[in-house]
Amino acid sequence: MVAAAEHTSDVRARGLTPLWACAAVAFLLFALVVGVLVGPIELGIGRVLESTAARLHLPGVSSPLSPTEEAILWEIRVPRVVLAALVGGMLALAGATYQGVFRNPLADPYLLGVAAGAGLGATISIAYLPEGLRGQRALPVAAFVGGAVAVVLTYAVGRSARRERDAATLVLAGVTVAAFFTAWQTFLQQQNAETLQQVYTWILGNIPSTGWSDVVLILPYVAVAAVVILALRRVVDVLNLGDDEAASLGVNVRRVRLALVVAATLGTAAAVAVTGLIGFVGIIVPHAIRLLSGVGYRALLPLSVIVGAGFLVLADVIARTALSPAEIPLGVVTAFFGAPFFALVLRTTRGGGGGM
Amino acid sequence: MLRSSFFAAGAAVAALVAFVSGAAGGSQAPASFPVTIVTAGGKVTIAEKPRRIVSLSPTATESLFAIDAGSQVIAVDDQSDYPKSAPKTSLSGFTPNVEAIAAYRPDLVIIAYDPKGLSTALKRLGITVIHQDGATTFKGAYQQIRQLGLVSGHEADAMRLIGRMKTKIDRIVRTSRSGAGDLSVYHELTPDLYSATSKTFVGKVYAALGMRNIADAADAAGTGYPQLSAEYIVSASPDVIVLADTVCCGQKPSTVAARPGWDRISAVRTGSIVRINDSIASRWGPRLVNFFRAMASALARLRQ
Repeated sequence: MVAAAEHTSDVRARGLTPLWACAAVAFLLFALVVGVLVGPIELGIGRVLESTAARLHLPGVSSPLSPTEEAILWEIRVPRVVLAALVGGMLALAGATYQGVFRNPLADPYLLGVAAGAGLGATISIAYLPEGLRGQRALPVAAFVGGAVAVVLTYAVGRSARRERDAATLVLAGVTVAAFFTAWQTFLQQQNAETLQQVYTWILGNIPSTGWSDVVLILPYVAVAAVVILALRRVVDVLNLGDDEAASLGVNVRRVRLALVVAATLGTAAAVAVTGLIGFVGIIVPHAIRLLSGVGYRALLPLSVIVGAGFLVLADVIARTALSPAEIPLGVVTAFFGAPFFALVLRTTRGGGGGM
Repeated sequence: MLRSSFFAAGAAVAALVAFVSGAAGGSQAPASFPVTIVTAGGKVTIAEKPRRIVSLSPTATESLFAIDAGSQVIAVDDQSDYPKSAPKTSLSGFTPNVEAIAAYRPDLVIIAYDPKGLSTALKRLGITVIHQDGATTFKGAYQQIRQLGLVSGHEADAMRLIGRMKTKIDRIVRTSRSGAGDLSVYHELTPDLYSATSKTFVGKVYAALGMRNIADAADAAGTGYPQLSAEYIVSASPDVIVLADTVCCGQKPSTVAARPGWDRISAVRTGSIVRINDSIASRWGPRLVNFFRAMASALARLRQ
């Protein structure tokens, strides 16, 4: 896979132009507005705006919504939109980071075994926790711990390799650990057939309607991850040249890569813990931005956060309204739109070789 | 011979078996073997009274013990947790191992699920298999109990059990229905808001009580088990919430009330949240009566 590392990346790739920055922000704002206005329960645009004005304590405005509608808007819908934005931004950022650090266009946020570890953690909590502890509170914690353990293990396996510790070794270690954890999880699932449905819906991925609690839960991790990665965004462009070239430019390759990977993994683990597996966001969003704008990582990373957030908010709008009042798993929506797009990316980058 | 005895008995039991129609299969004079019945897996003939029954269906386990055939049951699957006296083993009905089942030397195996050619493999070993799918109607559930009575040599017990169930349920429906008219209900299968519509077996309980099921509006896919959106449930504000995820997922009235926006729901405000054991709500056996009873007492409380 990482033979692709040979491709020559454009060091002088374009930075953040005002046009693309504005377009990305406009897209996110559009998504947020749609996310808040559209839902299984029709609240009316004007009434939502009035309620918002009332929340902002604008003089002379009182909310036209009934208490139930207020609760639907402010306790269910708005937190869900915010959560979708956080998770989408995080997954796209982590995906872009991994792609740069590992010089692998197929890298997604789940590359180092986070998903498999989180899946195992979730399954253990569903199947084995005592009744009192079971439920919505314990699951995210167990999933987070599982994801973190898997990545630490991936690092340990990668370091134990006799050959030099390059990016390819780490990716292979990730594949190994993921396979092991997935097997373990499948085994536990089989032993506890009554948990099948719960584990299954968790794996399909969904933005939960749990109000602000999940937002508060993952915000610190996402914020720290974003700050670390965005602070190092110029280094990713250098890393993308190859380890030797980066070292010759004075970059401590191992340390920087570790910092980037830890940050991306931590944020991803937090996101996965509350939403389950949401595929393709981490791949299609960075690729779409790259294809459209041709920017380098120092611009791609911040753009990925913004566009990823908007993308997942819109995907979640489809998930909760297409079959309203039933829901479609969000992982299904993103993959349904992500898969054809990904085929297109493959098609476009295959011939060029240096298309990345 | 079979045929003539069928007709002879036919007139006498016609009233009793009136509810057995369609796929019900042939009926026999009580406790006479061989018996032939029609199941989800096709026509099955039982040559003589089975003495070594293995049940991989928790519902069938409950029924067999309720019709006094428990002493013929030598092993039940790992999900058969009722009654406590059932000989629970590590056999699995979901991921069954043919050799492990055969090791019990059963003369009859009852399954609710037939994955990867389980029944074919057992039949090849000369073991009789009865496949009883999940019932979707009360009629279907009664039929299965009666079939278990026929094949175990306890038809009379089975008919008595069915009679008792019908009497009790009828009484509950008569006394509760008047007050339940137009009340809406939300049946929760999992904390991520999977529910069950009126098409499903549990849904039939609410329909019988004259309640309106809020999941019915959400079943575009027609699975019977849609995942509802939280906004919709809060807005629909059901009068009664039934939690069938108390054991699996630790849900209780306080966890439901703590969900964002749910304090606005009518059932939460009036305290009409029914906790039902997951297994009672997911089976279609004799404890159907317990389910009705739990609903009846919730509705009685609501009326006060």
